[in-house]
Amino acid sequence: MAEAVFVVSAVIILAGAIGVVASRNPVHAALFLVQTLVGVAVLFVLNDAHFLAAVQVVVYAGAIVILFLFVIMLLGVDKAEELRIEPIFGQRPLAAVVGAALAAVLGAVVITGADVLTGLRRAGGERSLDGDATDIERMGRVLFGEFAFAVEITAALLTVAVVGAVVLTRRASRSDASETAGAAP
Amino acid sequence: MSGILVLAADPMLAGDIGLVEVVLTLAKAVVAFGFLLVAVMLMIWFERKLLGGMHQRFGPTIAGPFGILQTLADGTKLFFKEDLVPDRSDRFVFKLAPYLSLIPAFLAFAIVPLGGDFNNGGQVEWWGRTTYLQVADPPIGILLFLAMSSVAVYGVMLAGWSSGSKYPLLGSVRASAQMVSYEAALGLAVASIVLVTGGLSTHDMVVAQAAEGYFGIVPRWNVIVTGLVPFIVFMIAGTAELNRPPFDLVEAEQELVGGFHTEYSSIRFALFFLAEFMNTITMSAIIVTLFFGGPAGPVLVSEVGGVGIAWAWGVVWFFLKLFVLLFCFVWMRATLPRFRYDQLMDLGWKALIPVALGWFLFLTALEVGRERGWNEAAVTVVSLLVFAGAALLLVRAVRSGRRARDREAARADEPSDPVEERA
Repeated sequence: MAEAVFVVSAVIILAGAIGVVASRNPVHAALFLVQTLVGVAVLFVLNDAHFLAAVQVVVYAGAIVILFLFVIMLLGVDKAEELRIEPIFGQRPLAAVVGAALAAVLGAVVITGADVLTGLRRAGGERSLDGDATDIERMGRVLFGEFAFAVEITAALLTVAVVGAVVLTRRASRSDASETAGAAP
Repeated sequence: MSGILVLAADPMLAGDIGLVEVVLTLAKAVVAFGFLLVAVMLMIWFERKLLGGMHQRFGPTIAGPFGILQTLADGTKLFFKEDLVPDRSDRFVFKLAPYLSLIPAFLAFAIVPLGGDFNNGGQVEWWGRTTYLQVADPPIGILLFLAMSSVAVYGVMLAGWSSGSKYPLLGSVRASAQMVSYEAALGLAVASIVLVTGGLSTHDMVVAQAAEGYFGIVPRWNVIVTGLVPFIVFMIAGTAELNRPPFDLVEAEQELVGGFHTEYSSIRFALFFLAEFMNTITMSAIIVTLFFGGPAGPVLVSEVGGVGIAWAWGVVWFFLKLFVLLFCFVWMRATLPRFRYDQLMDLGWKALIPVALGWFLFLTALEVGRERGWNEAAVTVVSLLVFAGAALLLVRAVRSGRRARDREAARADEPSDPVEERA
C-alpha cells in the first residue's frame, strides 16, 4: 500500500517538475509547480508528517504560488517566452554545469544511501523525542526550544525584508528627496 | 506502512479494514455529498425568498409550493444552454477552473461533525462498528479547512485569467489578493480555538465544547470560552473569504460586469454558482463546529420503541445552529452596502489581523498563567495593558502613514514650483 502510494505520487511529482521546466507559458509552469507541491504533501502524509503536509498545501500551494501567479498576471508576461535570446551572457552553459554537479551529488546520495554528506541517515538523526507526541508537538518543541534563537532571527530577517521592500517601492519623489536631505543633519 | 491508515482517527478505521468499514465510509461520503447538494438547492431558494422579504417583494413564487423548486428550474435551464468557450481563452485551464472551485468546497465539509450524542463522547454504533458521524477526522483536523480554502483561490484566479478578457482578469486579481489576505485573519482566529482545545481534531473540539458549562445553563461553547473576539474576526474574515456581500468585490457588477466568471456560461457557470453556495454552507458548518459546539446539545428523548436515537438529537441541534448562521449570512447581505477596495484591505490588514493576533497572544498568556499558577487577575490586567499599548502604537503608525500619503498627494496636485526645484 505504502509503496503504491509512493510510486503514484513520485510519478505525479516528477511529471510536475518536468512540466515546470518544459512548459512555455509561465502560468502553466506555476500550475505544474502546484502539482509537484501537492505530490510532496502526499509523501509527507505517507511518513506520518501530517502537519508538514498541511503546511505544504497552505503555505506553498496556497500562498507562495498564488503570489507567483499574481506577479505573472500583473506583469502581463503570461505569454510564451522567446527562448532563443539569452538574457545574461554565459548563463546557459553555466546552468548546465551546475545542473550536472547537482545531479552528481544527488546520485551519490541515492547510490550510497547513507551518511555521505552530513553523517546523518535521517533528519533528526539519533535524537528521539517522546514516542507518543504528535508531529506538531515534536516540531514545536524543537523549533521553540532548541532552535528558538534561529526562529527569532529568521522572523527579524523577514521583518527587515518587508520593511526594506516597502521603503524601496515608496521611493521619494524629487522634492521629497530634497526635503529629507535638508532635514537630515 | 502505517502512514495511510492513521489518516483518519475514527475508531472504526483503527483496526482491520473490512467490507463493512469501506461501505460505511463510502456511505458517509455519499450522504454528506447528497446533503450538500440538496442544501445548496434549498439555500439558494431560502436566500432569494429571504432577500425578497427584506426588500418588500415576494421572491420566487411560481415553481412549486412557495417557489421552492425555482433552483431546480434554473439548474435545468443552465444544463440546456449552449456551452461557450471564448476564442482567446486558455482552453484547458478554462475548463479546469470550475472544478478547482467546487472540489475544495466539498472536501472541507468532510471534517464537520454532523451528529452524535456528545454527552457520551459523540460516537455511534452501527453494525457493531463504533464510528463518528463525520466523513473524516484527520489528524490535521481544522487545518484541512484552511488548506482547502487556500486551494479554492485557484479556481477563482485561474477562471479569471484563462478567460482571456480584461474584466475577469481584474476580478480574479482582486479576488486572490482579498482571499489571501483574509486567510491570515481566518487562520489566527482558528489558532485561538486550537489553543483552548489543545488539538486540531474537529471531533475533539466538539467534545471539549460539550463539557459542563457555566452556571448550569450557559453552554461551554468556544464563542464564550475565547471571549467573542475570535468569533467576530472569523465571521468577518469568513464572509470575505466567501466573496459574499458586503465583500463581493470579486464580481462587483457595476465595475467588473460579472467579475471572474463573466465569460462562463451554461453548466460551467452553474458549477461556480454551486461552489459559491456550497462554500457558504461549509463555512457556516465550520463556524458552528468551531464556536457553537457543533452537534453538542441536550438529548430530550433517547429512545423510540427500543431504538436508541440519542445521536439524532445531535443532527437536530447541528441543523438548527446551521440554519441560524445561514440566516445571518443572508441578513448581512441584505443589510450592508459593498465595501470599497481600499476599505476592504484596510479592514483586513490594519484591523482584523492585529486584533486576532493580539487576542491570540492574550489567550496564550492566560493559558500559560493558569499552567504556572500565576495570579489570573494580574495576568489579565498586564496583558490588556500591553494589548492597549500595542493598539495605540498601531493606530499612530497608521495615522502618520496616512498623513504622509495625503501630503504626497497634495504635492503631486500642485503645479511644480521652480524655486523649490532649484533648492
